[in-house]
Amino acid sequence: MNVIEFTSLVWLGSYLAGLVGALTGLGGGVVIVPLLTLAFGVDIRYAIGASLVSVIATSAGAASAYVKEGYTNIRIGMFLEIATTIGALCGAFLASQIHTSWLAVIFGVVLIHSAYLSSKPRRDGPGADRPDPLAARLRLDGSFPTAKGRQAYHVHAVPAGFGLMFSAGTLSGLLGIGSGAVKVLAMDHFMRIPFKVSTTTSNFMIGVTAAASVGIYLNRGYIDPGLSMPVMLGVLMGSMSGARILVKTRTRLLRLIFSAVILVLAVEMIYNGLTGRV
Amino acid sequence: MPKSDNSWSDERVELIVGLFLRIGVIVASFFVFAGGIYYLTRYGSAFPEYKIFSGEPADLKSVHGIVADAFSLRSRGIIQFGLLLLMFTPVAWVAFLLLAFAKQKDLTYVLVTTVVLAVLLFSLVGKYLYG
Repeated sequence: MNVIEFTSLVWLGSYLAGLVGALTGLGGGVVIVPLLTLAFGVDIRYAIGASLVSVIATSAGAASAYVKEGYTNIRIGMFLEIATTIGALCGAFLASQIHTSWLAVIFGVVLIHSAYLSSKPRRDGPGADRPDPLAARLRLDGSFPTAKGRQAYHVHAVPAGFGLMFSAGTLSGLLGIGSGAVKVLAMDHFMRIPFKVSTTTSNFMIGVTAAASVGIYLNRGYIDPGLSMPVMLGVLMGSMSGARILVKTRTRLLRLIFSAVILVLAVEMIYNGLTGRV
Repeated sequence: MPKSDNSWSDERVELIVGLFLRIGVIVASFFVFAGGIYYLTRYGSAFPEYKIFSGEPADLKSVHGIVADAFSLRSRGIIQFGLLLLMFTPVAWVAFLLLAFAKQKDLTYVLVTTVVLAVLLFSLVGKYLYG
């Protein structure tokens, strides 16, 4: 396989990952590392570097569309980014200390967990609740558009959410993923932020979190231009076409199939890690 | 929300930010794509070697090396320059938010944003500070 063939195939795989990732809402980034390591035999460090770059691109590319809808809460995002960016730095430092076989095993476990989190039912709308003093002092409370006009919501459990965000950042820096599933878990389940606000704010945060560790990867020589080029362009174009056809397709079956694919990849990553093939 | 200056309202700031991010991605993609085509015409028939990790050469690992490579029109340098623009897009966004919070006189968030910006800059250009 020469460079042209390799680049075309990686582009195609990344495009499909971005497309299905956007259609299912699970994000295309999580399958890039298994795709590159398992199907193309790429060293996991190059794969993580290329994946991180594509995560920044999709996050920033989708942001302007989300912002127009009026769901994103920049204060929540910015406050929690203290935790995710510091976590991401720790993750990136940790990545150089851990053997690549273990990286593959951890990746597999995180994949399974993310697929499980994404399959859990969504909590809808804020209940009748009282404002949380810490959230109020940080001015995290906001409102989001509904058919009946803007509805206000209160943010809760700020310390727990902040702690979980640190873990999300660490995973992102360690494995080169957006870790959107953990971010949404922290905001939706723990801080009781409405689902749509959680997902769009998470999308915003993913790019900044990834930017915090990508510099470390760049300095370490993990970012290869020849590999990152088709991955970044592929995932970006795939997720943009996915966002466009999102409303027209029924995504339940697709989610199921994609979750199954993630599960298979996860098992294979863990197996290859344990047998020392990655 | 402080209404001291309407042009810096949260909604407007968010819209500008969204537009800003999109432009950053488009410009970065342009460089990555152009460099990519050039790279394929030069090395398309070579064989890729990603199985064994050897790390990138020094000039593709640092900001000044990448900029120098891009200016001397080396294909991998141009791609890496596009990737560098992409990496700095969220940084520029956070810097803009810092300005917006300062204009709103929201001191808590000026502090919050400063911390995030410091972490990002440490990662991307910290190497130049600690050697």
